[in-house]
Amino acid sequence: MPYSETSGDRILSSHQSGRQARFRAWVLVVVPVVALIFQAYVPLFYPPLAYLDLALLVTIYFAMMRHSPINGILVGCGMGLAQDALAHNPLGMYGICKTLVGFFAASIGVRIDVSQPFVRLLACVVFYVFHQFLFWLMSRALLDKLIDFDWQQTLILSGFNAVVGLALFHFLDKLKDKD
Amino acid sequence: MDSLLNRYRSITFLLVMLVAQMILLAYTVKNPDGVRLIRLWAVTLVTPIAQVAETTRSTVYGVFHNYFDLRDARAQNRRIQAERDQLKLENLYLKSELGTADRVKALAAFQVRSPSKYVAARIILTATTSASKIVVLDRGSNSEVEKGMAVITPDGIVGKIIDAFPTASQALLVTDPEFAAGVVSQKNHVKGILHGAGSGKCRIDNVQAEEKVDVGEMFFTSGDDRIFPRGLPVGKADVVKDGPQYKEILLYPSGLQAGPEEVLIVVAGVHQEVPAYEAPQPDQKVYIGPPVPQSKADESMPALSTEADRLREHYQSIGKFENHTFGTGSVPNFNVKIPAAVAAAGSAAGTSAATEKKPEPSKPVPPPGTPLATTPAKNNEPSAGEAPPQNP
Repeated sequence: MPYSETSGDRILSSHQSGRQARFRAWVLVVVPVVALIFQAYVPLFYPPLAYLDLALLVTIYFAMMRHSPINGILVGCGMGLAQDALAHNPLGMYGICKTLVGFFAASIGVRIDVSQPFVRLLACVVFYVFHQFLFWLMSRALLDKLIDFDWQQTLILSGFNAVVGLALFHFLDKLKDKD
Repeated sequence: MDSLLNRYRSITFLLVMLVAQMILLAYTVKNPDGVRLIRLWAVTLVTPIAQVAETTRSTVYGVFHNYFDLRDARAQNRRIQAERDQLKLENLYLKSELGTADRVKALAAFQVRSPSKYVAARIILTATTSASKIVVLDRGSNSEVEKGMAVITPDGIVGKIIDAFPTASQALLVTDPEFAAGVVSQKNHVKGILHGAGSGKCRIDNVQAEEKVDVGEMFFTSGDDRIFPRGLPVGKADVVKDGPQYKEILLYPSGLQAGPEEVLIVVAGVHQEVPAYEAPQPDQKVYIGPPVPQSKADESMPALSTEADRLREHYQSIGKFENHTFGTGSVPNFNVKIPAAVAAAGSAAGTSAATEKKPEPSKPVPPPGTPLATTPAKNNEPSAGEAPPQNP
């Protein structure tokens, strides 16, 4: 019997939809907005929290859990552009970085079970470093900003963000639509 | 073709989004004010929520603050009633007066005494990245705030408005590397350009290495940048180093040291004079004890003298020996041989070690301008043309 690609895709699709997390519409709107406001407001009183990239963590979570690269791209693009607008960056710097993060996170979410804490921790570390490196690369290449890339600081901050991300993902799991 | 696009639709969509954002990025870099709509949406979306959060925080903080103040006041009242001490009562009154002088009152007082026109604003958001030093203020173009206006506190400059929206505005802090302002030092009036150093410090560029800048010297705005009115405090020089061509000067901006929450936006700036430098108060009078009384042994010790002193005393002893008065026009015989007793008596008045020694044989008087060390002292014989020694 010849292999039917259509039926195989259908099986894969059913597997994916079985693991795919669903969220209510208000969660998809409120959580990113709250993340942006938190990132813009709380460091006023606790400056070390400026190093917590909550917008990136939310992007990673929604991209991985929705299992849809297109959704991941849209979430990443929206969060990144909003971040650019609020930080008075040239529009697109964080947009491009987070779009790529959203795409790759969703691609991983399709193939791996991302509900495991270790996988989430690793994904946060890798995507944080990737995001920071890409932003640095674009700043140098596109904006001609001669800034140094501090690997040591980036690795430490990736660990910090990953630990916070683990707790955040656990909280966001509770907002999943159980129906 | 359709099936191909359907199969790779994620990649296609990603590429479309990336290309679109690259175009947007290029356009934004070329025209910073060209894409206002996205910024306007983002700020308009976030600002009301942030204002509600800030108001809630202020209210809760105020309630708790007042509650604890009230508790302290009651405790103090009980203590006062128990002690019945008038001095403590006065002290408490003064403390409570100081406690009520909050920042808003300080800002209002500054507004009254300063000739410039200000709009008070609160910092409600900060940048969403750790790299840039940008804050969002709760006053926008509805309150006459425009791009390029200065943001200050009574302590010093804070930043400048880089974008004004209807209900909010974004300000670039002085510590941002892209910030620049003209400054002048208070004491030596050295001009330079203030730049953010990225951290909590600022640096002052374009100060020639030959210029004089002291550590701790206060810097004020020079008004050359047409943003900050002249005469606003900037900060004290913390580090001053000489470079090959320019000085390296670092300072902590005084406007950011207190972590400002309320700021003033200069709507109409008026230049003022840089305050005159006031030298620090001289040290207090220091008690110096009486000198140690000299013992006889000390008195017998000869005083230190130079070659000129010794020569002068030698001439004085010659004048005394010949009963000559200097300054009368005549010239004494400087080659005369003075007895030791007379020489010792002449040197006693001058307390010179040189005159206590046995006087040297008379030497020919060198002409004016001749170095003394070159004076020959070979013999005591008078040379030709010189007067013979005269005995008294």
